Order: sequence, then C-alpha cells, then structure tokens
Amino acid sequence: MNILTAKNVTKRFGGLVAVSGLNIDLAQGSIVSIIGPNGAGKTTFFNCVTGFYKVDEGEIIFDGNLLNHKSTDLITRMGISRTYQNIRLFANMTAIENILVGEHPHLKTFWAEAIFRTPRFLKEEKDAEAEARRLLRYVGLAGLGDSLARNLPYGAQRRLEIARALASRPKLLLLDEPTAGMNPNESAEMMRFIKNLRDDLGITILLIEHDMRVVMGISEHIHVLDFGQKIAEGTPKEIQRNPRVIEAYLGRGAASGLEAEGVSATV
Amino acid sequence: MNPEKKFTLRDAVNQGLIAGLITSLISMVGMVELFSKRQLIANLMTTAQVFILLAPALLSYQSARKSAKNNALASGAVTGFFASIPIIVLVLLASAFDLRQFLVNVSPNLISTLTFGQGPVVGSLILVAINTLIGLLAAILHQLDEKIRNPILTGLLWTLLVGMFSEILQERLRAFFGISFTNLIIRSKALQPTVAVILLVGITAIAYFWGQRGASFSERIANQSATQRRNMIIAQRVAFFVLLLAMPLLLGTYLSEVVNNVGIYVLMGLGLNIVVGFAGLLDLGYVAFFAIGAYVMAILTSEGFLGVAQTSFWVALPVSVITAVAAGIFLGTPVLRMRGDYLAIVTLGFGEIIRIMANSDLLKPFIGGAQGVLQIPKPSFFGTSLIQPGQLYYVVLGGVLLAWFVSTRLSNSRLGRQWMAMREDEDVAEAMGINLVNTKLLAFAIGAGFSGLSGAIYASKLTSIFPHSFNLLISINVLSLIIVGGMGSLPGVVIGSLILVGLPELLREFAEFRLWMYGALLIVMMLAKPEGFWPSAITKRELHAHDESIPIEEPAAAD
Amino acid sequence: MQRRLQNINYLDLVLWLIRVSIIVIVVWGSIATLSDNPYSGRNWIDFIVFGIAQGSMYALIAIGYTLVYGVLFMINFAHGEFFMSGVMTATVFVAGPLSASGYLDRQPVISLLLILAVSMLTSVGVAVLTERIAYRPLRKAPRLVPLITAIGASFFLQYTFRGLYGSEVKPFPQVEALSGKIPFLGTELLESQLVVIIATVIMLVGLYLFVMRTKTGKAIRAVAEDKDVAALMGIDVDRTISITFALGAAMAGAAGVLYALVFRQVHFFMGFLPGLKAFTAAVLGGIGSIPGAAIGGLFLGIFESVGPPLFLDGLNVPAYHQLKDVIAFTMLVLILIFRPQGIIGERLAEKKA
Repeated sequence: MNILTAKNVTKRFGGLVAVSGLNIDLAQGSIVSIIGPNGAGKTTFFNCVTGFYKVDEGEIIFDGNLLNHKSTDLITRMGISRTYQNIRLFANMTAIENILVGEHPHLKTFWAEAIFRTPRFLKEEKDAEAEARRLLRYVGLAGLGDSLARNLPYGAQRRLEIARALASRPKLLLLDEPTAGMNPNESAEMMRFIKNLRDDLGITILLIEHDMRVVMGISEHIHVLDFGQKIAEGTPKEIQRNPRVIEAYLGRGAASGLEAEGVSATV
Repeated sequence: MNPEKKFTLRDAVNQGLIAGLITSLISMVGMVELFSKRQLIANLMTTAQVFILLAPALLSYQSARKSAKNNALASGAVTGFFASIPIIVLVLLASAFDLRQFLVNVSPNLISTLTFGQGPVVGSLILVAINTLIGLLAAILHQLDEKIRNPILTGLLWTLLVGMFSEILQERLRAFFGISFTNLIIRSKALQPTVAVILLVGITAIAYFWGQRGASFSERIANQSATQRRNMIIAQRVAFFVLLLAMPLLLGTYLSEVVNNVGIYVLMGLGLNIVVGFAGLLDLGYVAFFAIGAYVMAILTSEGFLGVAQTSFWVALPVSVITAVAAGIFLGTPVLRMRGDYLAIVTLGFGEIIRIMANSDLLKPFIGGAQGVLQIPKPSFFGTSLIQPGQLYYVVLGGVLLAWFVSTRLSNSRLGRQWMAMREDEDVAEAMGINLVNTKLLAFAIGAGFSGLSGAIYASKLTSIFPHSFNLLISINVLSLIIVGGMGSLPGVVIGSLILVGLPELLREFAEFRLWMYGALLIVMMLAKPEGFWPSAITKRELHAHDESIPIEEPAAAD
Repeated sequence: MQRRLQNINYLDLVLWLIRVSIIVIVVWGSIATLSDNPYSGRNWIDFIVFGIAQGSMYALIAIGYTLVYGVLFMINFAHGEFFMSGVMTATVFVAGPLSASGYLDRQPVISLLLILAVSMLTSVGVAVLTERIAYRPLRKAPRLVPLITAIGASFFLQYTFRGLYGSEVKPFPQVEALSGKIPFLGTELLESQLVVIIATVIMLVGLYLFVMRTKTGKAIRAVAEDKDVAALMGIDVDRTISITFALGAAMAGAAGVLYALVFRQVHFFMGFLPGLKAFTAAVLGGIGSIPGAAIGGLFLGIFESVGPPLFLDGLNVPAYHQLKDVIAFTMLVLILIFRPQGIIGERLAEKKA
C-alpha cells in the first residue's frame, strides 16, 4: 500500500520551475531516498509535501487524503513530520521543551484547563513530560533534557530534531540531509538509527541525502532528481548503473568512461 | 570597547568631554533647573546637583575601570577635570550672550545653579575643582575591593533615593509618629544632614555585613529539610499577601492613589507582556483595547446623557472585558500573517485610527467626541461606594492578581510553549502542528482582555474619560515598562511600572520629562541590559545567544 | 467547487470582507459626492495641487526610510525626528533672526539657502549621532531590538528639542517673495507650493543620480545587497551606513524647510505624523526603492488631499476633514496587509518582514 503518492507535482517560482511533473510513490514502511545535485528541487518537494509551499499543478495524496490545500499544521496533525537541512531547533528552549512542542498535535487539553489546573491537564502534562524523556532516551540524549538546544553539540542537535519530529507520532518522516556535516562514524551510526526507526516504530521514511554510502546503505528505493525532474528511480543497484544518473552527477561524457571502474558507487 | 586596546590619556579626556556634554544637554533641556528646588539634604545638596555630577562620576568610574591599574586614579581625575570644560563653556556663553532667546531653558537661574551661585568665574573654578574631585573619588571607589565597594554604592543609592522622596516620607512619618519626631529627620522636604550621614553609614554597614554573612545564611537555607523550606515559602507568601492587603493603611491616601495608577499600568503591562513577551508580537496599538474597555465601562455606567444603561460597575466590567477580547480578535485577524516590524507599524496605525475616530464628530453622538464621557460612577461594593483610593486599591489589586494568576498558569502550559515556539521560529512552529492563527489570536485576545479590564477600572476610577487620554504615548509607556522590567517576566512588569509610572508621579518635576526619560531608558536598556531589570529566564538566554561562554545552563525556573 | 469552498479559511474570509467593505465605502462615497457635486473643477485642482505639494514632502522624507531599510532592514522610527530637528533649529537660529533684521526680505534667496543649509546640516548631524550611539552597537541584535531602540530615540529626540526650544508652536516667517500666486488652469497656484514641488524634483533627481552614478552610491547599493560581501570588496560598511543615514536625513532636513514654507509654523511634535505618513509612502512605493518612495509620496499626498472630500463628503460624514489622517493610516494598514511589496515594486517583496 502506498502511504504517499505524488502525481505530476509542479512548483514554479516566477519563471523558474523548481519541481516539474514529479511522480513519487512511497510504499508503507519503506525507506526511500531522493538524491540529486544541488538545486535539483529536493527540498522544494519536501516543502510542497508539508504544505509550506502551495503546489501549482498535480496532486499529493497522503494516506488517502489530498494534501494540496491543507495548511502546514494540519498536514503535521495528519501524520507527516520533518527535519531540516540546516537544523532548525527552537534554540533558546531546552531539549525537553523542544520535544514537548513536537508533542503538541496529540495533546488534547483546552487552554483554559491550564488556568484551573484540571486533573486532566495535570495528567496530560505529566504524561507528555514522561514521553519527552522517553524519546530523549530513545535518541540517545538521556540526561541532556534540561540543556538549551543551542548548547548541544552538532550531532546531538540532529538527534534532538529527529526526536522532536517523532514526538508528533508521524506515519511518515521526512529527513532533510540527516547526516550532513557528520564524519563517517557518526554517519554510520545515524544510518543504523534511521533503520531502527523504521524497524521498531514502523515509520515510513523519506530522506534527502548527499552521502552516497548512506543512500546506498539504507534505501530500498531511490528517486533521482535533476533540474526539478525525475531522471531515474529504482533500487540502489539499478541507480548505480544508470548512465543518466552518472551524467547528472559528473557531467556529460563521464558516464561512458567511468562507469566501468565503479566510480559510481562513491558518487 | 576592545579589552586589548590600551586606554590612553586621550580616551580619558574624551570620556570627560562626553560627560560634560551630557551634563550640558541635561542642563539645556531644563532638567537641572527644574530640580534645583528639590533639596536632597537640607541646605546642602539639591537633586539638580546630583544630575550635574552624575555623568562625570559615572564616566570617571568607566575611565578608571578601563585604564591600567597604576594610573586608574589619574584617569578618573582627568575625566572629571575635562567633564567640567563643556559645562564651563556653556556657563561663559550664557553669561556673555542672551542664549535664552534661542534655548528657552538656559536661564540665569540655571547658570546660577551650575555655578553654585558664585558667578561665572568663581563658579567655573568650583566646577573644575568639584568635577576633578568627583572623578578622583569615583576612581578611588573603583579601586576599592568589591566587598567594600558594593556596600558603599548600595548606601549611596539608598541615601539618594530616601533624599529624593523625603517629601512623601515626611508626610508618612508625620502620620505615624507626629511632627516633632519627623522634624528631627526631615525638615522642609529634605533630609537633615546628620540623618543623611547616619543613613549612608548605616546602610553601607548593613550591606557590608550582609555581604559577609549572606553566603552562610543562604547555605543554612539550602541545608534545611524540604518541609522546613516549604513552610518557609508558605510563611513568606502569607506575609506577602498580608502586606498587600494592608498596603492602603500604611500608605495613606496620596500614595494609595499612586499605587492605583501603577496598578492600572501593571494590569496593562501584564496583558502586553503576553502579546510581546510571550508570543513575540510587537503591538504598538495596544492602547486601543484600553480605550475600548474604558469606553464600554463609561457608556454602560455613566449617569450623564451619554450613558445608555446606568448598570453597576460589576455588570459592566465583564462586558468591557469581553468587548476588548472581541476587539483583540477582530483587530488581530488581519495582521496574522505579518511579522516583526511591519506588525508593529500596522498595530500603531490601528491604534491611531481608533483614537482619531473617538475624537471625531462622526462618533460624537455615541461616545462624546473630544468632550468625552462624564459622570461615570465609582464602583460600589455591597452598597459602599469605593470613593477613597485606599478602597479602590482592592479593585485594582484584584485585577492584577487575576491577570498575574492567568499569566503564570498559561506560561507554564502547552499554550505557553506554543507561544514560545512561535516566537523562536514561526515556520517550524507551524510545521510542529501548531495552528498559528489560533495561537496568535489567543495571545491578542487575552492581552486585549487584560487591557480592557484595566481600561474599565481606569474609567470608573477617573469618573470621566476623554479620547486624548488614549494616545500612542500610553502604548509606548506600557512597552517601555515591559522592556525595563524584562520582556516575558511578570515581576518585571511590576518593577517596570514602579520605575516608569510610580517614580514620575512621586517626583512631580519628572512629569514634563517623562517621555524624554522613557526614550533615553529604552535606548540605554537596549544597549546595555536588553533583558531588563528582572529578566525572565527565556529572554536572558535569547539575548545572550552570542556570548557562547555560557556553559549549559540550569533548567528554567518556574516563572 | 465544493472543494474550493472547503478550503476558504477564516483568515481569508476576513481579509475578503475587509477588501469588499473598503471598496464599497470608496465607490459609494465617490458616487454620492460626485452626484451631489458640491465642488467645482477649480476646487478639485486645488486639492490636487495641494496634494502634490504635500506629497513632495512625504517623498523627500520617505527617501530616508527607504535608504535605511535598504541597507539595514530596519524601520528607522526616529526619522521623523530628523525632519523636525533640522527645521526647528533653522527656524530658531536662522529664520527668526533673519526675519527680525529684515534680511530675509532683502535677500530672500541667500536667506532661504542659508536656512536650508542649516536645516539639512542639523538633520544630518542628529542622524549620524543617533546612528552612531543608538543603532550601530545593535547590528547583530534580534530584529525587534533596533526597532525598540528607534522608538526610544524618537521620543528622546522629540523631548530633547522640546526642552531646548520650548514646547510652544513657533511661527516660521512669511517670505514676501514667495507669497504671491500664479494663474494656472483657471485657478491660482501659491508660489510657495510651486517652490516646494520644483525643489523636490531637483533634490530627488540629484539623489537618484548620486546613488546611481557615484562611487559612494555604488557602495550604498553594494551594502544594501550584501553587507558581508561588500566588506570583502573593501567597502567600509559602517561608514557607508553612516552616509546612508546622512543622505536620508539631508532630504528630511530639506523637506522640513519646505514644510515650514507651506505651513509657516514649526513644533517639536511635527515630525511624528509626517514621519509615519512618509513611511506609508515608502511602503506604498515598495520600500527599498528610491523612485518608489517618490511615487508613493505623491500618491499618498494626492490621496490624502482628495480622499476625504471625495469618499467621505458624499457619505454625509460630519467634519470629514478630521478623518484625513484616518485615510492615511487606513492606507498604511491596507498596504501592509495586502501588498507589503508596494504598489509598483516587486523588490524586497518577501524579506520576511
């Protein structure tokens, strides 16, 4: 079953076509990557899915519902959550507070209950806090809950961002370059972590990634974008052998000469 | 200032000249002359003299701080010396030409104040001597050990404050202890010199011993058991509430009136604090809701010809608040998509539109135009009309406590976190499932509600209202007090109101320079202490985001 | 269709309601006024000419907002005070004494140039000092901090000049040479209004050429584009920002003198309303653009002068001239809500204000 279907999605900025006629199907419980050179329209596509941009043409369907005119907050409530390429935590809030904000979509109490501290409110706050601590432990940041997000080391910030995204209990998680700026060891660890997310929690994962070791290592399916259009899709094996992909990455002419030497694996 | 840069003689001279220019400016705008009548210490020192010497003292202190240890004293003295130069130039110019036709406040009286009544030549020499001395003293003060310096500064500050407010103190002391005792301490609205010395020495000594013993004291508190500590906190709270309730008895009529005015602003400040401090939406048209609350109260209760219902205060009060809340939602809606400075300007526009409309002939049949609404009755409580400020105090207090309670509870809830997240990053907050429309409107609505409540009480306290009482300056006033106290901080609102509303009411001379001081305060606060005098934990983190020297901090306190 | 309806949210609904009601008021008012026809063609020409003169001043002041916003993305709330400080000083120290000695009428050109010079220099001085003391240390602060500082600076300057020169309204002397009238299209133009319009055109063209042609102008544009890159190119960013403030203040100083020529009085609070309206003009034309400021100023001036009789008179609003400022503020609010990029410009459209 497909959890997300993008049909013929097009997004223009003035004269520039950032995403053009894109079709993407995402099977429930899969890990799928979108790759492509800078400016290929990957993040734009994420922004279209989360409702931050309005799609000009085409349809995005999530879990049987059309997303096109839904607002960002509603889409998050429906079960899509994301992280950002350049980490966007609430820098001056503590780690726990960040996660608590993430839990927002499934907190139920009315604001006035907070004034009267109804039992329901107190219980919900207590549970939310416990849940936040649990998530913090889950991403390996136990004990750092009360430090400010901006004081955390880089890797921890990435993890906290994922924890915050998980707090909304998403069905689909969009990760925008989760290993950017990490060394090979950290990347490998993040890879295992992402895999576990899917295996433990059953969350479908769509990621944008530049590190080909990560992409080839965890993706079950890969879509390749260039200039807003999909130029290839398939399993990691198929993509590695696809001449158009190699051309997009290394330029015209490179495909024929280099393919044989297996350079494509490290593109 | 670059710490590695060497502080040279030139810098000391510059600091001095700047201090002198500041003093000259304070003199030329009329502050010095205005305060020349207010004595601090009987027949010895006036408030004006404090103003003259303040800038040289502060900047000499700075000079001493920045220069190398071995010539700190010299730097201070040099700064002090050169601080007198611009003042002397002003004095000489004013005695040679009639500057008064251009600069209205450069009067003979000012010149006589500046020269200590000794004529331009002798006066100039005295100025040089005193400024140099002050510079030297400031430098010496800086060289002292912190353990001694801080108590001295505390003593100086409190003695000055007591001196400034001696007029009110005199009235209170008379009420409690009689005239003869009061005359020993304060005569003709100024402290007796001996009392001033006793105060200075006494407070310094207390501060010194507190500094020595304070550490062990707080250690002892920390060592107490949880129940002991809890009991102490409860005892503190009870004492605090008893004090709050007994306030009008201690303060008397005049001071109660001042406290009520402060309370009206605290109430407004608590509302704007939700909008600006919690949600980060800079609203410059905030006075509009105050006006709406006041007008609804006025029209519903007025016994004059504009009154429509002659209802009681207690019926009109919720109606005023609800109307203000509705107005908050109504005016908040169109500006929901705006951020930062554009929002500020649009709300300012709204505020002005409402004021002009209230003033116009168009709405005159309903709300009286420039003539306002008259004959609003004071609130009554079980048949007693609350005429005395000391009685009205409880109404104001009730409003403030309610707003305080709601603010605290909300800031520690999901809604509080939503506001905080929205202030940090609106886009991400939305992507976390936060509905920005609702969250912002709630901030506008609750803020407007507090302001409407404040306006309603204000209207029945004054018994008549006019559109010109609801101008932009009120918005600026409330914004200033939030900033001075610390954005997002509830105690900060009270501190800010006491400083910005209470002080000028007590020192009537300030009235004319109120906005001048506000302007200066806003600039100085933003430059030197953007988190305010009583910062909330959050704002402090935010504004010091770039000093990365701060290690991982303790979790935020409860409020 | 049904899907369309579902997607209309509360916010859009309110915004459409506002649009419709404004259009209804404007159209209904105009039709009612024009069918009543209480004004002659000459009246309308007078309204328009006055509007152009008033708009010229707005344009000159708006330049300051636009330039500063261009380089710092900051609304310099104190800009109206630069306008006030120059002309107040020039009136007290120059125009008053010159008029009293009769020199103003003997040598009107030299006198006016002197007044203009003093006004512009004072404004520039106040602006540069304000920037240096209050704004420069806050370059890296969160965005609301400089705005709050600017509000503080505005009140500080207002009340400083009130303290220096007094709180009463001061007369600006009548210049004999400019008190005549010139026949024009069946009506008469005041010479002072004509001078205002001509002077504004000269100043605006001069400023435009300065920014576009000179090296300093290039530096300003470079800093507006990207401060860090400009610094790497060897441009002294702090100095360029000072110059930008100075340029804007010079225009405001000149506008002050023109204002005094038309209204013949000065006052410590005179900077507030024109400042706010000039800001409206700057946004109207697209903030950050110099021609935009000029067009926005003219548009606002004419609108404000023609608007009250045209829209409100027909609706039988009593004493409609009281609501002149409401029209300006409504325009400000509407522009910021519906078209923050201005009526002509696309530049700086969504800088996430």
